[in-house]
Amino acid sequence: MKIIACIKQVPDSEAKVKAEGGKVSWGDAPLVINPFDEYAVEGALQQKEATNGTVTAFCVGPESAKEALKHALAMGADDAILVSDSALNDLDTVGAARVLAAAINKIGGVEMVVFGRQTLDSGSGLTPAQTARVLGWPMLGLAGQIKVEGESVTVERVIEEGRQIVKAKSPVVISVVQSIGEPRYPSFMGIRKASKAEIPIWSLNDLGVSVPAPVVTRTELMNPPARDTNVEIITGESPAEIADKLADKILAEKVL
Amino acid sequence: MKTFVYIDHFKGEAQPASWEALGLAKSFGGSSPLTTTALVFGSGVDDVAKAALEYGADEVLLADDPALLDYRAETYAATLSALASSLNPDLILFPTTARTRELSAMSALDLNSNVITDATAVEVNDDNIVVTRPIYEAKLFEKVTASAKPQFITLRGRAFPKPDQETGRTGTITKVDAKTDALSTVEGYSVAEVGVSLNDAGVIVSGGRGVSNNPSLQPPAGLDDKQTEVWRAQQGFKLVGELASVLGGAVGASRAAVDAGYIPYSNQVGQTGKVVAPDLYIACGISGAIQHLAGIRSAKMVVAINKDTDAPIFKVARYGVVGDLFVIVPALTEAFKKKLGK
Repeated sequence: MKIIACIKQVPDSEAKVKAEGGKVSWGDAPLVINPFDEYAVEGALQQKEATNGTVTAFCVGPESAKEALKHALAMGADDAILVSDSALNDLDTVGAARVLAAAINKIGGVEMVVFGRQTLDSGSGLTPAQTARVLGWPMLGLAGQIKVEGESVTVERVIEEGRQIVKAKSPVVISVVQSIGEPRYPSFMGIRKASKAEIPIWSLNDLGVSVPAPVVTRTELMNPPARDTNVEIITGESPAEIADKLADKILAEKVL
Repeated sequence: MKTFVYIDHFKGEAQPASWEALGLAKSFGGSSPLTTTALVFGSGVDDVAKAALEYGADEVLLADDPALLDYRAETYAATLSALASSLNPDLILFPTTARTRELSAMSALDLNSNVITDATAVEVNDDNIVVTRPIYEAKLFEKVTASAKPQFITLRGRAFPKPDQETGRTGTITKVDAKTDALSTVEGYSVAEVGVSLNDAGVIVSGGRGVSNNPSLQPPAGLDDKQTEVWRAQQGFKLVGELASVLGGAVGASRAAVDAGYIPYSNQVGQTGKVVAPDLYIACGISGAIQHLAGIRSAKMVVAINKDTDAPIFKVARYGVVGDLFVIVPALTEAFKKKLGK
């Protein structure tokens, strides 16, 4: 099976992200593969092994995003492609979906596209479904397990209310959740292979697609409101007394 | 302002945040007359349509069709896109759920618009709608506006007040056509074991790594070190669960507790887990990693129980107890049992 794993590069989740002069700043924290997308690569690699297939890691972003693709290569992806173009600096999810769909069509013969459920930056989680919509392929969202039998793809969908078994015919678009399994660590051989890999860069011209201007624009960026930081430490002679005082305080706040 | 409100439900059980969306639609000011139309899709979902009227919808558009029995992104999105393109609403509101993320994403693409997800505030000045939403795991917030119509906005649960249900309130329910070209089928379903969902919870009691540190417990024989640790943690989470249960709340966990295998991922609060907005958040044995603090930023009040005075969680807490959670948490459960008459 020919599988694509779509990834994005984001600031490390440990970063102290701040609003500075109307822009997002993450200090000197590194840019890394979006943590959710590591699960996408893991899910794609599992299906590669199960179907004797191939995995291409795919990313839309600046040239620096090659590092995120190298992480996917080191985990075991066969090859990687970056779409990078100055016209893509201001890309929303609809634009990303159109670019991804054009690239998937250009690659040709793709039977499964795997996404992480959302990214750590904007976190809207729209791109997988929008890519499926542009392609006209079934969207199998929030998969905790994937099983391929011939042309049939079955996933266990993990939602608030429980788990659903959902079946569709390939080609399909899948987004995965953490139950897919912990992302494997890059092997020594994998890291060596990744460091030598030549990652092709495709432009919008190569894809023959134009991207609509973003519909949603940001008018203001804000740090979160500061919290009342005066903690009142409850003390007492015994746990029962502390608990009693604390319960009274909580009840008085009328938050129950 | 002509607003559609999509009523999300699972097997006929409406997501409470759907009613919050109806309440928001009814609260808009501006000079033009307001119409609030609830959209209910499914099979045999008359009760959901009636409830939408009781929660304030002016009218309901009901797509009731056996083909819509199971939510499928493609059928629901096509049904929504057809309605929106013929009736031209200014705005379509959704509660934020696994289903509405997909459905709104697809329908917005169909209509050359896009979706603003996870709104925590919506300001309407005549035609201009400005939405506040968290980004970077709620470490930042942005205000955004959309240039296309209809605007698609999904609302974060519990960010907007829930209107009162006016029992017996009636209105027009109009049947509309369902689009039935599904690309996938639902073959099975098993219920989640979780109690109150973290998204809907008014109270969350959470445990961190600290729940495994009760030295007074004697683990059963025959467990290896890791199994012993998990067993200890599960005893700790029992105490957390008992307090949550007395308060009618949900059980949460820090990433450290989830990563250590103490409790399923579905319980994780913060970072790659969930951003929650309870009225009361009680953190037991959670030190307060940056992602966790971001995840609970929308909590109205935080109470922290931790043996480490310097734990960062105390910086965001209103009340704190420096002490042993294995003693304090059961004592607190008992105190609430008495005071709440349970």
